[in-house]
Amino acid sequence: MFGRFTALKDISMTVGRGEFVTLLGPSGSGKTTFLMILSGFEAPTSGQLTLDGREMTETPPEARGFGMVFQGYALFPHMTVEENIAFPLKVQGRSGADISRRVRDMVEMVGLGGHGHKRPAGLSGGQQQRVALARALAYSPPVLLLDEPFSALDKNLRGQMQDEMRRIHQETGTTFVFVTHDQEEALALSSRIAIFEKGQLQQIAPPREVYERPSNRFVAEFLGDINILPVTASQIEGRAIHLPDGTGDNLAIRPENMGLSLTEPTCGNALPVELRDLTYLGAETRLALATKGGVAVTLHMPTAKLPEGLAPGAAVWTSWEASRGFML
Amino acid sequence: MLRSRLFLLAPLLIFLALAYLIPFLGVMRWSVTLPEPGLGQYKTALTDPLVLSVIWRTVRICALVTVLAVAMAYMITLLWVRGGPVMRLFVELCILIPFWISVLTRAFGWLALLSNRGIINTWGQDLGLLAEPLTLVRNEFGVVLGMVHFLIPFAVFPLASAMRAVDERVLLAARGMGASRARVFWQVFVPMTKTGIFGALLLVFVFALGFFVTPALLGGGRSVLVAELIWLRIFQSPDWGLGAAISVIMMVAIGLLLMLTMKYAKGPGR
Repeated sequence: MFGRFTALKDISMTVGRGEFVTLLGPSGSGKTTFLMILSGFEAPTSGQLTLDGREMTETPPEARGFGMVFQGYALFPHMTVEENIAFPLKVQGRSGADISRRVRDMVEMVGLGGHGHKRPAGLSGGQQQRVALARALAYSPPVLLLDEPFSALDKNLRGQMQDEMRRIHQETGTTFVFVTHDQEEALALSSRIAIFEKGQLQQIAPPREVYERPSNRFVAEFLGDINILPVTASQIEGRAIHLPDGTGDNLAIRPENMGLSLTEPTCGNALPVELRDLTYLGAETRLALATKGGVAVTLHMPTAKLPEGLAPGAAVWTSWEASRGFML
Repeated sequence: MLRSRLFLLAPLLIFLALAYLIPFLGVMRWSVTLPEPGLGQYKTALTDPLVLSVIWRTVRICALVTVLAVAMAYMITLLWVRGGPVMRLFVELCILIPFWISVLTRAFGWLALLSNRGIINTWGQDLGLLAEPLTLVRNEFGVVLGMVHFLIPFAVFPLASAMRAVDERVLLAARGMGASRARVFWQVFVPMTKTGIFGALLLVFVFALGFFVTPALLGGGRSVLVAELIWLRIFQSPDWGLGAAISVIMMVAIGLLLMLTMKYAKGPGR
Protein backbone atom coordinates (compact mmCIF):
# COMPACT_ATOMS: atom_id res chain seq x y z
CA MET A 1 0.00 0.00 0.00
CA PHE A 2 1.12 3.47 -0.72
CA GLY A 3 -1.27 6.19 0.32
CA ARG A 4 -1.07 9.85 1.07
CA PHE A 5 -3.38 10.96 3.84
CA THR A 6 -4.27 14.57 4.36
CA ALA A 7 -6.68 14.99 7.25
CA LEU A 8 -8.67 17.73 8.97
CA LYS A 9 -6.03 19.64 10.86
CA ASP A 10 -3.33 20.02 8.27
CA ILE A 11 -2.09 16.51 8.65
CA SER A 12 -0.23 14.90 5.81
CA MET A 13 1.03 11.38 6.16
CA THR A 14 2.20 8.66 3.85
CA VAL A 15 2.11 5.07 5.02
CA GLY A 16 4.13 2.52 3.11
CA ARG A 17 2.99 -1.02 2.34
CA GLY A 18 3.64 -3.39 5.24
CA GLU A 19 4.48 -0.63 7.70
CA PHE A 20 3.45 -0.64 11.33
CA VAL A 21 2.57 2.96 12.06
CA THR A 22 1.44 3.95 15.54
CA LEU A 23 -0.64 7.04 16.19
CA LEU A 24 0.37 8.15 19.66
CA GLY A 25 -0.88 11.05 21.72
CA PRO A 26 -2.76 12.04 24.84
CA SER A 27 -6.55 11.63 24.84
CA GLY A 28 -8.23 14.28 22.76
CA SER A 29 -5.17 14.75 20.58
CA GLY A 30 -7.04 13.70 17.43
CA LYS A 31 -5.39 10.33 16.92
CA THR A 32 -8.64 8.39 17.12
CA THR A 33 -10.42 10.87 14.86
CA PHE A 34 -7.64 10.40 12.36
CA LEU A 35 -8.10 6.62 12.51
CA MET A 36 -11.86 7.05 12.06
CA ILE A 37 -11.21 9.08 8.92
CA LEU A 38 -8.95 6.32 7.62
CA SER A 39 -11.68 3.77 8.33
CA GLY A 40 -14.38 5.87 6.68
CA PHE A 41 -16.61 6.11 9.76
CA GLU A 42 -15.91 9.82 9.88
CA ALA A 43 -15.51 12.12 6.92
CA PRO A 44 -12.95 14.92 6.74
CA THR A 45 -14.35 18.35 5.91
CA SER A 46 -11.51 18.82 3.50
CA GLY A 47 -8.53 16.84 2.37
CA GLN A 48 -7.90 13.68 0.50
CA LEU A 49 -7.28 10.03 1.16
CA THR A 50 -5.76 7.77 -1.46
CA LEU A 51 -4.85 4.09 -1.52
CA ASP A 52 -2.37 3.00 -4.21
CA GLY A 53 -3.09 6.25 -5.98
CA ARG A 54 -6.86 5.60 -5.96
CA GLU A 55 -8.97 8.37 -4.48
CA MET A 56 -11.08 6.99 -1.60
CA THR A 57 -12.00 9.97 0.53
CA GLU A 58 -15.70 9.42 -0.23
CA THR A 59 -15.62 5.62 -0.17
CA PRO A 60 -17.93 4.29 2.58
CA PRO A 61 -16.32 2.03 5.20
CA GLU A 62 -17.95 -1.16 3.88
CA ALA A 63 -16.38 -0.56 0.47
CA ARG A 64 -12.87 0.21 1.71
CA GLY A 65 -12.07 -3.36 2.64
CA PHE A 66 -9.91 -2.35 5.60
CA GLY A 67 -9.70 -4.50 8.68
CA MET A 68 -10.55 -2.85 11.96
CA VAL A 69 -9.98 -3.83 15.58
CA PHE A 70 -11.95 -1.72 18.03
CA GLN A 71 -11.35 -0.80 21.62
CA GLY A 72 -13.38 -3.39 23.55
CA TYR A 73 -13.03 -5.82 20.61
CA ALA A 74 -16.59 -5.39 19.25
CA LEU A 75 -17.10 -9.13 18.76
CA PHE A 76 -20.52 -10.43 17.81
CA PRO A 77 -21.80 -11.74 21.15
CA HIS A 78 -24.35 -14.08 19.57
CA MET A 79 -21.81 -15.86 17.41
CA THR A 80 -19.11 -18.39 18.25
CA VAL A 81 -15.43 -17.64 17.69
CA GLU A 82 -15.59 -19.43 14.33
CA GLU A 83 -18.76 -17.63 13.27
CA ASN A 84 -17.22 -14.31 14.20
CA ILE A 85 -14.20 -14.98 12.03
CA ALA A 86 -16.37 -16.36 9.22
CA PHE A 87 -18.64 -13.28 9.13
CA PRO A 88 -16.51 -11.08 6.86
CA LEU A 89 -15.82 -14.08 4.61
CA LYS A 90 -19.55 -14.77 4.26
CA VAL A 91 -20.09 -11.10 3.45
CA GLN A 92 -17.63 -11.57 0.59
CA GLY A 93 -19.67 -14.52 -0.64
CA ARG A 94 -16.87 -17.07 -0.45
CA SER A 95 -17.61 -20.78 -0.72
CA GLY A 96 -18.27 -22.82 2.40
CA ALA A 97 -15.13 -24.93 2.01
CA ASP A 98 -12.98 -21.85 1.48
CA ILE A 99 -14.50 -20.19 4.55
CA SER A 100 -13.98 -23.14 6.87
CA ARG A 101 -10.37 -23.56 5.72
CA ARG A 102 -9.64 -19.89 6.22
CA VAL A 103 -11.35 -19.84 9.63
CA ARG A 104 -9.29 -22.82 10.74
CA ASP A 105 -6.08 -21.13 9.63
CA MET A 106 -6.94 -17.91 11.43
CA VAL A 107 -7.92 -19.69 14.67
CA GLU A 108 -4.59 -21.48 14.49
CA MET A 109 -2.63 -18.30 13.76
CA VAL A 110 -3.92 -16.50 16.84
CA GLY A 111 -3.47 -19.61 18.99
CA LEU A 112 -7.13 -20.25 19.80
CA GLY A 113 -7.28 -23.91 18.73
CA GLY A 114 -9.98 -25.68 20.77
CA HIS A 115 -11.92 -22.49 21.48
CA GLY A 116 -13.63 -22.27 18.10
CA HIS A 117 -17.09 -23.16 19.37
CA LYS A 118 -17.12 -20.82 22.35
CA ARG A 119 -19.01 -17.56 22.51
CA PRO A 120 -17.03 -14.37 23.26
CA ALA A 121 -18.56 -14.21 26.77
CA GLY A 122 -16.78 -17.49 27.56
CA LEU A 123 -13.34 -16.14 26.67
CA SER A 124 -10.79 -14.08 28.59
CA GLY A 125 -9.94 -10.54 27.51
CA GLY A 126 -6.76 -11.67 25.80
CA GLN A 127 -8.58 -14.42 23.93
CA GLN A 128 -11.30 -12.01 22.80
CA GLN A 129 -8.54 -9.75 21.56
CA ARG A 130 -7.15 -12.57 19.47
CA VAL A 131 -10.57 -13.30 17.98
CA ALA A 132 -10.95 -9.64 17.04
CA LEU A 133 -7.55 -9.73 15.38
CA ALA A 134 -8.30 -12.98 13.54
CA ARG A 135 -11.66 -11.65 12.36
CA ALA A 136 -10.12 -8.42 11.08
CA LEU A 137 -7.35 -10.25 9.24
CA ALA A 138 -9.46 -13.14 7.91
CA TYR A 139 -10.09 -11.55 4.53
CA SER A 140 -6.49 -10.34 4.13
CA PRO A 141 -7.27 -6.61 4.14
CA PRO A 142 -4.60 -4.35 2.68
CA VAL A 143 -4.70 -2.23 5.85
CA LEU A 144 -5.52 -3.14 9.42
CA LEU A 145 -6.67 -0.29 11.68
CA LEU A 146 -6.44 -0.86 15.43
CA ASP A 147 -8.02 1.46 17.99
CA GLU A 148 -6.34 1.00 21.38
CA PRO A 149 -6.81 -2.77 21.20
CA PHE A 150 -4.91 -3.52 24.42
CA SER A 151 -6.37 -0.87 26.68
CA ALA A 152 -8.53 -3.37 28.56
CA LEU A 153 -5.77 -5.90 29.22
CA ASP A 154 -3.56 -6.08 32.28
CA LYS A 155 0.12 -5.29 31.93
CA ASN A 156 1.49 -8.84 31.60
CA LEU A 157 -1.06 -9.87 29.06
CA ARG A 158 -0.45 -6.67 27.17
CA GLY A 159 3.23 -7.55 26.77
CA GLN A 160 2.31 -11.00 25.45
CA MET A 161 -0.21 -9.57 23.02
CA GLN A 162 2.36 -7.07 21.78
CA ASP A 163 4.77 -9.87 20.91
CA GLU A 164 1.95 -11.72 19.22
CA MET A 165 0.93 -8.63 17.31
CA ARG A 166 4.45 -8.15 16.03
CA ARG A 167 4.64 -11.77 14.91
CA ILE A 168 1.28 -11.53 13.13
CA HIS A 169 2.32 -8.31 11.45
CA GLN A 170 5.43 -9.97 10.12
CA GLU A 171 3.57 -13.12 9.05
CA THR A 172 0.81 -11.37 7.19
CA GLY A 173 2.71 -8.42 5.76
CA THR A 174 -0.42 -6.32 6.22
CA THR A 175 -0.06 -2.59 6.82
CA PHE A 176 -0.96 -1.83 10.43
CA VAL A 177 -2.13 1.55 11.67
CA PHE A 178 -2.39 1.42 15.41
CA VAL A 179 -3.76 3.97 17.88
CA THR A 180 -2.52 3.99 21.45
CA HIS A 181 -1.77 6.34 24.30
CA ASP A 182 0.77 3.92 25.77
CA GLN A 183 4.25 5.11 24.81
CA GLU A 184 6.04 1.86 25.64
CA GLU A 185 3.65 -0.01 23.40
CA ALA A 186 4.31 2.44 20.59
CA LEU A 187 8.08 2.18 20.99
CA ALA A 188 8.00 -1.61 21.12
CA LEU A 189 5.76 -2.24 18.11
CA SER A 190 6.10 0.43 15.50
CA SER A 191 8.14 0.88 12.41
CA ARG A 192 7.19 4.55 12.75
CA ILE A 193 5.42 6.57 15.41
CA ALA A 194 3.21 9.55 14.62
CA ILE A 195 2.85 11.84 17.62
CA PHE A 196 -0.42 13.78 17.83
CA GLU A 197 -1.21 16.74 20.00
CA LYS A 198 -4.08 19.23 19.77
CA GLY A 199 -5.18 17.86 16.44
CA GLN A 200 -1.82 18.29 14.83
CA LEU A 201 0.88 15.90 13.81
CA GLN A 202 3.96 16.80 15.86
CA GLN A 203 6.41 14.31 14.45
CA ILE A 204 6.43 11.08 12.50
CA ALA A 205 9.60 9.01 12.61
CA PRO A 206 10.98 5.60 13.66
CA PRO A 207 10.74 4.98 17.44
CA ARG A 208 14.40 5.56 18.10
CA GLU A 209 14.42 8.86 16.29
CA VAL A 210 11.28 10.09 18.02
CA TYR A 211 12.76 9.23 21.39
CA GLU A 212 16.32 10.38 20.83
CA ARG A 213 15.73 13.29 18.44
CA PRO A 214 12.28 14.67 19.23
CA SER A 215 11.35 17.54 16.97
CA ASN A 216 9.90 19.71 19.71
CA ARG A 217 9.43 20.05 23.41
CA PHE A 218 5.99 18.40 23.46
CA VAL A 219 7.32 15.24 21.81
CA ALA A 220 10.37 15.23 24.11
CA GLU A 221 8.25 15.50 27.23
CA PHE A 222 5.49 13.18 26.07
CA LEU A 223 7.77 10.21 25.39
CA GLY A 224 9.49 9.15 28.60
CA ASP A 225 11.15 11.44 31.14
CA ILE A 226 13.44 14.25 30.13
CA ASN A 227 15.55 16.87 31.85
CA ILE A 228 15.43 20.32 30.36
CA LEU A 229 18.12 22.78 31.38
CA PRO A 230 17.92 26.42 30.27
CA VAL A 231 21.12 27.51 28.48
CA THR A 232 22.41 31.07 28.45
CA ALA A 233 25.46 31.90 26.28
CA SER A 234 26.73 28.31 26.31
CA GLN A 235 26.48 28.21 30.08
CA ILE A 236 24.13 26.52 32.49
CA GLU A 237 23.84 28.42 35.76
CA GLY A 238 27.22 30.03 35.18
CA ARG A 239 29.11 26.85 34.32
CA ALA A 240 30.59 26.41 30.86
CA ILE A 241 29.08 23.37 29.16
CA HIS A 242 29.87 21.56 25.90
CA LEU A 243 26.67 21.76 23.94
CA PRO A 244 25.55 19.47 21.14
CA ASP A 245 24.82 20.89 17.69
CA GLY A 246 21.40 22.38 17.12
CA THR A 247 19.43 25.43 17.97
CA GLY A 248 17.29 26.17 20.98
CA ASP A 249 17.51 27.74 24.41
CA ASN A 250 17.44 24.49 26.33
CA LEU A 251 19.61 21.45 26.67
CA ALA A 252 17.55 18.27 26.88
CA ILE A 253 18.95 15.01 28.24
CA ARG A 254 17.18 11.71 28.99
CA PRO A 255 17.55 10.67 32.66
CA GLU A 256 19.24 7.39 31.76
CA ASN A 257 22.03 9.31 30.02
CA MET A 258 23.06 11.21 33.13
CA GLY A 259 25.39 9.91 35.82
CA LEU A 260 25.88 10.67 39.48
CA SER A 261 29.07 11.18 41.46
CA LEU A 262 29.84 12.32 44.99
CA THR A 263 32.72 14.60 43.94
CA GLU A 264 33.22 16.92 40.99
CA PRO A 265 34.10 14.84 37.89
CA THR A 266 37.45 15.67 36.29
CA CYS A 267 36.15 15.75 32.75
CA GLY A 268 32.88 16.08 30.82
CA ASN A 269 29.87 18.20 31.56
CA ALA A 270 28.83 18.37 35.17
CA LEU A 271 26.56 20.35 37.46
CA PRO A 272 26.44 20.46 41.24
CA VAL A 273 23.02 19.36 42.48
CA GLU A 274 21.22 18.55 45.67
CA LEU A 275 19.54 15.18 46.15
CA ARG A 276 15.89 15.74 46.98
CA ASP A 277 14.41 12.27 46.91
CA LEU A 278 15.07 8.62 46.00
CA THR A 279 12.44 6.25 44.71
CA TYR A 280 13.32 2.56 44.74
CA LEU A 281 11.88 0.84 41.64
CA GLY A 282 13.60 -2.54 41.87
CA ALA A 283 16.28 -2.79 39.18
CA GLU A 284 16.36 0.98 38.93
CA THR A 285 16.24 3.82 41.37
CA ARG A 286 14.83 7.17 40.42
CA LEU A 287 16.59 10.16 41.89
CA ALA A 288 15.00 13.57 42.12
CA LEU A 289 17.66 16.28 42.06
CA ALA A 290 17.65 20.06 41.94
CA THR A 291 20.28 22.42 40.59
CA LYS A 292 21.44 25.44 42.57
CA GLY A 293 19.06 27.49 40.42
CA GLY A 294 16.19 25.21 41.42
CA VAL A 295 15.74 23.36 38.12
CA ALA A 296 14.45 19.84 38.74
CA VAL A 297 16.56 17.02 37.30
CA THR A 298 15.57 13.37 37.29
CA LEU A 299 18.01 10.47 37.07
CA HIS A 300 17.41 6.79 36.48
CA MET A 301 20.25 4.72 37.88
CA PRO A 302 20.75 0.98 38.21
CA THR A 303 20.15 0.34 41.89
CA ALA A 304 23.28 -1.86 42.04
CA LYS A 305 25.49 1.05 40.94
CA LEU A 306 24.18 3.55 43.46
CA PRO A 307 26.79 4.90 45.91
CA GLU A 308 26.31 3.70 49.50
CA GLY A 309 24.75 5.96 52.10
CA LEU A 310 23.03 8.34 49.75
CA ALA A 311 20.28 10.28 51.52
CA PRO A 312 18.06 13.22 50.69
CA GLY A 313 19.87 16.53 51.28
CA ALA A 314 23.23 15.24 50.00
CA ALA A 315 25.26 17.54 47.77
CA VAL A 316 26.28 15.55 44.68
CA TRP A 317 27.25 16.01 41.04
CA THR A 318 25.54 14.95 37.86
CA SER A 319 27.38 14.57 34.58
CA TRP A 320 26.74 13.61 30.97
CA GLU A 321 28.39 13.29 27.60
CA ALA A 322 27.75 16.24 25.32
CA SER A 323 26.64 13.98 22.44
CA ARG A 324 23.89 12.45 24.61
CA GLY A 325 21.96 15.68 24.84
CA PHE A 326 20.14 17.69 22.23
CA MET A 327 19.02 21.29 21.95
CA LEU A 328 15.35 22.20 22.19
CA MET B 1 -30.07 -4.40 55.95
CA LEU B 2 -32.20 -7.22 54.59
CA ARG B 3 -34.66 -6.78 57.40
CA SER B 4 -35.07 -3.07 56.73
CA ARG B 5 -35.69 -3.81 53.06
CA LEU B 6 -38.38 -6.30 53.97
CA PHE B 7 -39.87 -3.64 56.19
CA LEU B 8 -40.06 -1.29 53.20
CA LEU B 9 -41.72 -3.99 51.14
CA ALA B 10 -44.23 -4.90 53.86
CA PRO B 11 -47.03 -2.46 52.93
CA LEU B 12 -47.00 -3.71 49.35
CA LEU B 13 -46.95 -7.36 50.43
CA ILE B 14 -49.83 -6.83 52.85
CA PHE B 15 -51.81 -5.01 50.18
CA LEU B 16 -51.19 -7.76 47.63
CA ALA B 17 -52.19 -10.44 50.13
CA LEU B 18 -55.43 -8.67 51.06
CA ALA B 19 -56.42 -7.51 47.59
CA TYR B 20 -55.26 -10.41 45.44
CA LEU B 21 -54.08 -13.50 47.28
CA ILE B 22 -57.01 -13.97 49.66
CA PRO B 23 -59.70 -13.32 47.01
CA PHE B 24 -57.85 -15.60 44.60
CA LEU B 25 -57.82 -18.37 47.21
CA GLY B 26 -61.58 -17.85 47.42
CA VAL B 27 -61.87 -18.21 43.66
CA MET B 28 -59.83 -21.41 43.84
CA ARG B 29 -62.22 -22.72 46.47
CA TRP B 30 -65.26 -21.96 44.27
CA SER B 31 -63.64 -23.82 41.40
CA VAL B 32 -63.62 -27.07 43.39
CA THR B 33 -66.80 -26.60 45.45
CA LEU B 34 -69.46 -25.02 43.19
CA PRO B 35 -72.00 -26.33 42.49
CA GLU B 36 -70.71 -29.51 44.19
CA PRO B 37 -67.28 -30.49 45.52
CA GLY B 38 -64.92 -32.08 42.97
CA LEU B 39 -62.93 -31.36 39.83
CA GLY B 40 -66.00 -31.41 37.59
CA GLN B 41 -65.66 -27.76 36.56
CA TYR B 42 -62.08 -28.31 35.39
CA LYS B 43 -63.27 -31.21 33.31
CA THR B 44 -65.98 -29.01 31.78
CA ALA B 45 -63.51 -26.18 31.15
CA LEU B 46 -61.15 -28.47 29.27
CA THR B 47 -63.79 -30.39 27.28
CA ASP B 48 -66.73 -28.03 26.69
CA PRO B 49 -66.65 -26.99 22.99
CA LEU B 50 -67.75 -23.43 23.76
CA VAL B 51 -65.06 -22.86 26.39
CA LEU B 52 -62.42 -24.52 24.19
CA SER B 53 -63.40 -22.40 21.20
CA VAL B 54 -63.04 -19.25 23.31
CA ILE B 55 -59.64 -20.38 24.62
CA TRP B 56 -58.53 -21.23 21.11
CA ARG B 57 -59.72 -17.85 19.80
CA THR B 58 -58.00 -16.10 22.69
CA VAL B 59 -54.68 -17.82 22.00
CA ARG B 60 -54.99 -17.18 18.28
CA ILE B 61 -55.88 -13.48 18.65
CA CYS B 62 -53.33 -12.93 21.37
CA ALA B 63 -50.61 -14.55 19.28
CA LEU B 64 -51.49 -12.35 16.30
CA VAL B 65 -51.74 -9.25 18.48
CA THR B 66 -48.40 -10.06 20.11
CA VAL B 67 -46.54 -10.51 16.85
CA LEU B 68 -48.04 -7.34 15.35
CA ALA B 69 -47.50 -5.23 18.47
CA VAL B 70 -43.88 -6.37 18.95
CA ALA B 71 -43.04 -5.94 15.25
CA MET B 72 -44.41 -2.40 15.26
CA ALA B 73 -42.86 -1.64 18.62
CA TYR B 74 -39.51 -2.83 17.24
CA MET B 75 -39.63 -0.29 14.45
CA ILE B 76 -40.77 2.48 16.76
CA THR B 77 -38.12 1.65 19.34
CA LEU B 78 -35.45 1.62 16.67
CA LEU B 79 -36.41 5.19 15.78
CA TRP B 80 -36.53 6.11 19.44
CA VAL B 81 -33.16 4.67 20.43
CA ARG B 82 -31.20 5.38 17.28
CA GLY B 83 -32.94 8.39 15.76
CA GLY B 84 -32.03 12.06 16.01
CA PRO B 85 -33.30 14.32 18.82
CA VAL B 86 -36.42 15.49 16.95
CA MET B 87 -37.35 11.94 16.05
CA ARG B 88 -36.81 10.90 19.66
CA LEU B 89 -39.16 13.54 20.98
CA PHE B 90 -41.77 12.67 18.36
CA VAL B 91 -41.61 8.97 19.25
CA GLU B 92 -41.78 9.72 22.96
CA LEU B 93 -44.97 11.68 22.42
CA CYS B 94 -46.39 8.90 20.26
CA ILE B 95 -45.63 6.30 22.92
CA LEU B 96 -46.40 8.27 26.05
CA ILE B 97 -49.60 10.08 25.14
CA PRO B 98 -51.58 6.90 24.46
CA PHE B 99 -49.94 5.39 27.55
CA TRP B 100 -51.45 8.12 29.73
CA ILE B 101 -54.96 7.84 28.31
CA SER B 102 -57.21 5.36 30.05
CA VAL B 103 -57.91 2.11 28.29
CA LEU B 104 -61.62 2.79 28.36
CA THR B 105 -61.22 6.18 26.69
CA ARG B 106 -59.08 4.63 24.00
CA ALA B 107 -61.58 1.87 23.31
CA PHE B 108 -64.39 4.42 22.95
CA GLY B 109 -62.10 6.47 20.73
CA TRP B 110 -61.72 3.53 18.41
CA LEU B 111 -65.49 2.99 18.43
CA ALA B 112 -66.05 6.63 17.46
CA LEU B 113 -63.60 6.20 14.61
CA LEU B 114 -64.51 2.73 13.37
CA SER B 115 -68.17 1.93 14.11
CA ASN B 116 -70.78 1.73 11.33
CA ARG B 117 -71.78 5.29 12.06
CA GLY B 118 -68.28 6.34 13.05
CA ILE B 119 -66.00 8.87 11.43
CA ILE B 120 -64.42 6.61 8.81
CA ASN B 121 -67.70 5.14 7.57
CA THR B 122 -69.76 8.36 7.55
CA TRP B 123 -67.03 10.39 5.85
CA GLY B 124 -66.29 7.58 3.43
CA GLN B 125 -69.93 7.39 2.43
CA ASP B 126 -70.40 11.17 2.30
CA LEU B 127 -67.38 11.47 0.01
CA GLY B 128 -68.65 8.62 -2.12
CA LEU B 129 -65.65 6.42 -1.38
CA LEU B 130 -67.71 3.74 0.31
CA ALA B 131 -70.99 2.33 -0.98
CA GLU B 132 -71.65 0.29 2.15
CA PRO B 133 -70.29 0.92 5.64
CA LEU B 134 -67.24 -1.24 6.38
CA THR B 135 -67.49 -3.56 9.37
CA LEU B 136 -64.46 -2.40 11.34
CA VAL B 137 -65.57 -3.15 14.88
CA ARG B 138 -67.68 -5.79 16.64
CA ASN B 139 -65.42 -8.36 15.01
CA GLU B 140 -61.91 -9.73 15.38
CA PHE B 141 -60.43 -6.94 13.28
CA GLY B 142 -61.57 -4.34 15.80
CA VAL B 143 -60.36 -6.43 18.71
CA VAL B 144 -56.91 -6.92 17.18
CA LEU B 145 -56.60 -3.26 16.23
CA GLY B 146 -57.53 -2.03 19.71
CA MET B 147 -55.32 -4.53 21.49
CA VAL B 148 -52.28 -3.88 19.31
CA HIS B 149 -52.66 -0.17 19.86
CA PHE B 150 -52.90 -0.61 23.60
CA LEU B 151 -50.02 -3.05 23.92
CA ILE B 152 -47.33 -1.42 21.73
CA PRO B 153 -45.94 0.76 24.57
CA PHE B 154 -45.49 -2.30 26.77
CA ALA B 155 -43.30 -3.88 24.12
CA VAL B 156 -41.26 -0.70 23.65
CA PHE B 157 -39.58 -0.75 27.06
CA PRO B 158 -37.97 -4.20 27.02
CA LEU B 159 -36.95 -3.62 23.40
CA ALA B 160 -35.44 -0.24 24.21
CA SER B 161 -33.31 -1.60 27.02
CA ALA B 162 -32.03 -4.39 24.75
CA MET B 163 -31.26 -1.95 21.93
CA ARG B 164 -29.51 0.48 24.25
CA ALA B 165 -27.24 -2.34 25.40
CA VAL B 166 -25.99 -2.95 21.86
CA ASP B 167 -22.43 -1.71 21.54
CA GLU B 168 -22.28 0.72 18.63
CA ARG B 169 -18.77 -0.47 17.83
CA VAL B 170 -20.03 -3.97 17.06
CA LEU B 171 -22.22 -2.49 14.34
CA LEU B 172 -19.36 -0.37 13.05
CA ALA B 173 -17.14 -3.46 13.04
CA ALA B 174 -19.68 -5.33 10.92
CA ARG B 175 -19.92 -2.46 8.44
CA GLY B 176 -16.16 -2.12 8.35
CA MET B 177 -16.01 -5.77 7.24
CA GLY B 178 -18.05 -4.89 4.19
CA ALA B 179 -21.53 -5.83 5.43
CA SER B 180 -24.41 -3.82 3.97
CA ARG B 181 -26.75 -1.95 6.32
CA ALA B 182 -29.46 -4.58 5.76
CA ARG B 183 -27.06 -7.37 6.63
CA VAL B 184 -25.84 -5.57 9.74
CA PHE B 185 -29.46 -5.13 10.82
CA TRP B 186 -30.67 -8.69 10.24
CA GLN B 187 -27.56 -10.65 11.13
CA VAL B 188 -26.07 -8.52 13.89
CA PHE B 189 -28.50 -6.02 15.38
CA VAL B 190 -31.64 -8.18 15.52
CA PRO B 191 -29.86 -11.24 17.01
CA MET B 192 -28.17 -8.99 19.56
CA THR B 193 -31.58 -7.71 20.71
CA LYS B 194 -33.24 -11.10 20.80
CA THR B 195 -33.57 -11.22 24.60
CA GLY B 196 -35.51 -7.95 24.34
CA ILE B 197 -37.67 -9.39 21.57
CA PHE B 198 -38.38 -12.51 23.56
CA GLY B 199 -39.16 -10.48 26.68
CA ALA B 200 -41.47 -8.17 24.75
CA LEU B 201 -43.28 -11.12 23.13
CA LEU B 202 -43.93 -12.81 26.48
CA LEU B 203 -44.91 -9.61 28.24
CA VAL B 204 -47.36 -8.57 25.53
CA PHE B 205 -48.77 -12.08 25.22
CA VAL B 206 -49.39 -12.33 28.96
CA PHE B 207 -51.08 -8.91 29.02
CA ALA B 208 -53.14 -9.81 25.98
CA LEU B 209 -54.40 -13.06 27.56
CA GLY B 210 -55.98 -11.23 30.45
CA PHE B 211 -57.34 -8.36 28.39
CA PHE B 212 -60.92 -7.46 29.12
CA VAL B 213 -62.04 -3.92 28.30
CA THR B 214 -60.78 -3.56 24.73
CA PRO B 215 -61.98 -6.94 23.43
CA ALA B 216 -65.29 -6.58 25.24
CA LEU B 217 -66.00 -3.16 23.73
CA LEU B 218 -64.47 -3.55 20.29
CA GLY B 219 -65.55 -7.18 19.93
CA GLY B 220 -69.09 -6.21 20.81
CA GLY B 221 -69.92 -9.59 22.28
CA ARG B 222 -69.19 -11.37 18.99
CA SER B 223 -65.60 -12.33 19.49
CA VAL B 224 -65.50 -13.18 23.15
CA LEU B 225 -62.07 -13.76 24.70
CA VAL B 226 -61.31 -15.69 27.88
CA ALA B 227 -61.47 -12.74 30.27
CA GLU B 228 -64.89 -11.78 28.97
CA LEU B 229 -66.02 -15.41 29.15
CA ILE B 230 -65.07 -15.53 32.83
CA TRP B 231 -66.97 -12.30 33.41
CA LEU B 232 -70.03 -13.73 31.60
CA ARG B 233 -69.91 -16.95 33.66
CA ILE B 234 -69.80 -15.03 36.91
CA PHE B 235 -72.00 -12.00 36.26
CA GLN B 236 -74.43 -13.12 33.58
CA SER B 237 -75.06 -16.77 34.36
CA PRO B 238 -75.01 -18.39 37.78
CA ASP B 239 -72.05 -20.56 36.88
CA TRP B 240 -69.42 -19.33 39.33
CA GLY B 241 -67.67 -22.67 39.53
CA LEU B 242 -66.85 -22.79 35.82
CA GLY B 243 -65.75 -19.14 35.75
CA ALA B 244 -63.49 -19.82 38.74
CA ALA B 245 -62.01 -22.95 37.13
CA ILE B 246 -61.18 -21.03 33.91
CA SER B 247 -59.62 -18.27 36.04
CA VAL B 248 -57.38 -20.75 37.81
CA ILE B 249 -56.34 -22.34 34.50
CA MET B 250 -55.45 -18.88 33.18
CA MET B 251 -53.50 -18.03 36.31
CA VAL B 252 -51.48 -21.24 36.07
CA ALA B 253 -50.81 -20.74 32.35
CA ILE B 254 -49.68 -17.15 32.88
CA GLY B 255 -47.59 -18.16 35.90
CA LEU B 256 -45.81 -20.77 33.79
CA LEU B 257 -45.18 -18.22 31.03
CA LEU B 258 -43.74 -15.75 33.54
CA MET B 259 -41.47 -18.43 34.99
CA LEU B 260 -40.30 -19.16 31.47
CA THR B 261 -39.61 -15.45 30.97
CA MET B 262 -37.53 -15.21 34.12
CA LYS B 263 -35.64 -18.38 33.36
CA TYR B 264 -34.86 -17.15 29.88
CA ALA B 265 -33.83 -13.71 31.12
CA LYS B 266 -31.35 -15.26 33.53
CA GLY B 267 -30.43 -18.18 31.29
CA PRO B 268 -27.83 -18.54 28.57
CA GLY B 269 -27.67 -14.81 27.95
CA ARG B 270 -27.39 -13.44 24.49
